[in-house]
Amino acid sequence: MAKGSKSRSLMKNEINASSMADIAFLLLIFFLVTTTIVEDKGITVKLPPWSEEPPEELKLKGRNVYLVLVNAQNQLLVRGEPMEIRSLRDNAKEFISNPGGREDYAESPKNAIISLKNDRGTNYETYLAVYNELKAAYNELWNDLCQRKFGKPYSEDLPTSIRKTIKDEIPFVLSEAEPTSFGNEQ
Amino acid sequence: MVKKFQKKRSESSPGISTASLPDIIFILLFFFMVVTQMRDSELKVKVKTPFATELNKLEEKSLVNYIYVGRPNDRYKDVYGTKPRIQLGDKFAEVNEIPLFLERHKTKVPESRHGQITSSLRVDGQVTMGIVQDVKTQLRKYGQLKVNYSAKKRPDEDKG
Repeated sequence: MAKGSKSRSLMKNEINASSMADIAFLLLIFFLVTTTIVEDKGITVKLPPWSEEPPEELKLKGRNVYLVLVNAQNQLLVRGEPMEIRSLRDNAKEFISNPGGREDYAESPKNAIISLKNDRGTNYETYLAVYNELKAAYNELWNDLCQRKFGKPYSEDLPTSIRKTIKDEIPFVLSEAEPTSFGNEQ
Repeated sequence: MVKKFQKKRSESSPGISTASLPDIIFILLFFFMVVTQMRDSELKVKVKTPFATELNKLEEKSLVNYIYVGRPNDRYKDVYGTKPRIQLGDKFAEVNEIPLFLERHKTKVPESRHGQITSSLRVDGQVTMGIVQDVKTQLRKYGQLKVNYSAKKRPDEDKG
């Protein structure tokens, strides 16, 4: 009897925690293998709703439309002139804001419309680069306006009222036409 | 003096205490659990998303469904060829299977948040627009209008 109580008091020492590190290591390695660090970033767009009827013809003044065509060779035609993707952003900015009051550029940012048309053979990379440049042009214009009006750079975190004021002044209007199908699809 | 010094040295216990090691490892573990995401589906198509600068972050993972477009991996080349294919979940799919896929995802989302569902298009940069256009048309017909073109941040080398 006495012997039993003695062994009990001997057992009172702590649990050996040295294997804890190994267990945690195993868990860590398991998670490292089964998970991925994802870059969940991208360009968010809002697609227009689908309708069976052909859209009604809009009469737009030619000077307000910024027509961008991308062909199957990934070449750009902007308002009838070939252009490099590099210069698209600045050109689009100039067209939208029209600081020089040119006759053939947009009357005002409110009237400007970007029309983007690509071919079914256009590379996705090129398409996204063009879309990115056009979006960047607007972002830069919003930024400028926001700096002037509110003294801080434009971002999506700003209150809705500020963003609305900015977007009322310079609305982002990009219409994508049904693509042509001249080029080879791969 | 010398004798005393030597004695003290021999008494001190050797080795570093490893008692805090589990805690350190656990912190590491939690860090990885937070910043990573479970790999839910094996990629059967090669997807190398293009670069862009005007990026938005996708906030809630549960509100996002992924549509992959790219050429089949080397393993699947013999069966599926080299033409770009769509992958939904963990299998190859045709364009007309997209509505069912979206519907399935929708059932997992509370009804009040159905409007916030985003489709993430993870498309390989070298794919032509034809198949992307078909996917987009299908999404529009179904009414899934919030779309995110997945892209990587461009390194800042070519500024200006």
